[in-house]
Amino acid sequence: MSPARVFEVVAAPALATPVPEIAPELAEFWTATTEGRFLVRRCAACGEAHWYPRMVCPFCHSTDTGWEDASGRGTVYTFSVVRRGAGDYAAAPYVLAYVELAEGPRMMTNIVDCDVESVRVGQEVEVVFHRASADAALPRFRPVTA
Amino acid sequence: MSGIRGTASIVGAFEHPGRKLPDMSVMQLHAEVALGAVADAGLTLADVDGLFTGRDAPGVGGLSVADHLGLRPRYMDSTESGGASPLYHVGHAAAAIAAGKCSVALITLAGKARSGPMGGTPPPEDPFETVFGTRPPMASYALAARRHMYEFGTTSEQLAMVKAAASQHAQHNPNAFLRKVLTVEDVIESPLVADPLHRGDCCVVTDGGGAIVLVSRDVARDLPRRGVTLLGHGEAPRHSAGGKVDVTVSGAAYAAPRAYAEAGITAADVDYASIYDSFTIAVIEQIEDLGFCAKGEGGRFVEDGGLVAPSGRLPFNTDGGGLCNNHPSNRGGMMKIIEAVRQLRAEAHPAVQVPDCEIGVVSGVGGDLAARMRSAVLVLGREDAA
Ligand SMILES: [Zn+2]
Repeated sequence: MSPARVFEVVAAPALATPVPEIAPELAEFWTATTEGRFLVRRCAACGEAHWYPRMVCPFCHSTDTGWEDASGRGTVYTFSVVRRGAGDYAAAPYVLAYVELAEGPRMMTNIVDCDVESVRVGQEVEVVFHRASADAALPRFRPVTA
Repeated sequence: MSGIRGTASIVGAFEHPGRKLPDMSVMQLHAEVALGAVADAGLTLADVDGLFTGRDAPGVGGLSVADHLGLRPRYMDSTESGGASPLYHVGHAAAAIAAGKCSVALITLAGKARSGPMGGTPPPEDPFETVFGTRPPMASYALAARRHMYEFGTTSEQLAMVKAAASQHAQHNPNAFLRKVLTVEDVIESPLVADPLHRGDCCVVTDGGGAIVLVSRDVARDLPRRGVTLLGHGEAPRHSAGGKVDVTVSGAAYAAPRAYAEAGITAADVDYASIYDSFTIAVIEQIEDLGFCAKGEGGRFVEDGGLVAPSGRLPFNTDGGGLCNNHPSNRGGMMKIIEAVRQLRAEAHPAVQVPDCEIGVVSGVGGDLAARMRSAVLVLGREDAA
């Protein structure tokens, strides 16, 4: 297994950063986010990584699942520039997206640190953490610059 | 004399040993009791095709449970009746089994009255979805539209044709919220709300409501009004699939074959379709999933007045639909059934009545196309059908 990569944790991001509710069994995941480490959950029985993380494999229903450090890399599967936000996101526009992780799963996230008009399906992106509280940072993605 | 007597057996039962469980989420508890019960039965979760949950299950109507456990039940019921809910679920599951709607029903109950927060817990997907701004409904449908465009070349103009067709119908409905006939240009020149969706791709927001009465054939025979016969029903969730989500497919892709099989029809037999139209992209995806064209061809299908009654390839939503007529409580399903009843009674507006309308399909979408939704499909027949 390759050594854990550590990604930037932005302390005071410009985009709204709602505080996620931390399920007890996911405490390790959220603690890692505050350290800039991106964990995915993989099943030892069928070998598949899944998202969002949970204890029971959604593919083969084995409980033999565990954390691994993810590459933090992925591509934009789909996105929308949301121009009329709500609640925490009233200050639109922002980019809502599904990113397909290099490990396979597609995850809901935001694309940040770029012109919202420049985002494209298939674009290569890398995780960046936006601190939401002392206990959690949100995994968002920014374009990979060559 | 019919009933559930002897049609179903309880073969698995599991009580969680915990009494104080601060280190476990409510969803994890549902997962553990589910695994315990199927193991006791000598089955696995892969065998489960019916899911029954009450309000103690996080999320709406069991869908989050299905997503969490990777289940694809062909029958779900979330009757809520407080602490007695599981007894209702047993009765309803037995009826479903007797009707052939499912064969392995999982009924779960779990909660953390001692160590959890008051008033229930949010579903486990919330910290991985809503925190990113998924709340505007249009945003999640926009994710589906973008991917559909990317994979299949669907265009904003084609989406707009769905709205334009609905407005063609709404002009004949004196009660429609939006009676103005709209062009494709009207829609694509309306403001972008969530790219690539414009304001015109959205349904109306209205007050109102509707109701229907379903009776046995014996009762129907003695009533003065023309009835509409239920020929088939199918349902299916389409959730985030552990990250293997496909936003270009709705649950109708799985629900429709079940409904058609029960009704003994194919898509080619359908004269009229009520298609859930919270957003134009939802109509495009359902047209494909209901089998009216191949996956990816929905955009081309709606061109050239394909949806316009009475002469289009597939007359749809002849009341003007949710896009123009009515979408009360932000729920369009009831209106979809009602307009299909009008068509099959030959009581739609004469300008949009499908001639000799024998078979109608109603397709409903609940939830959102991006992360998780459930589809139900009904096949309805004219009184003399079946
Ligand atoms: Zn597995």
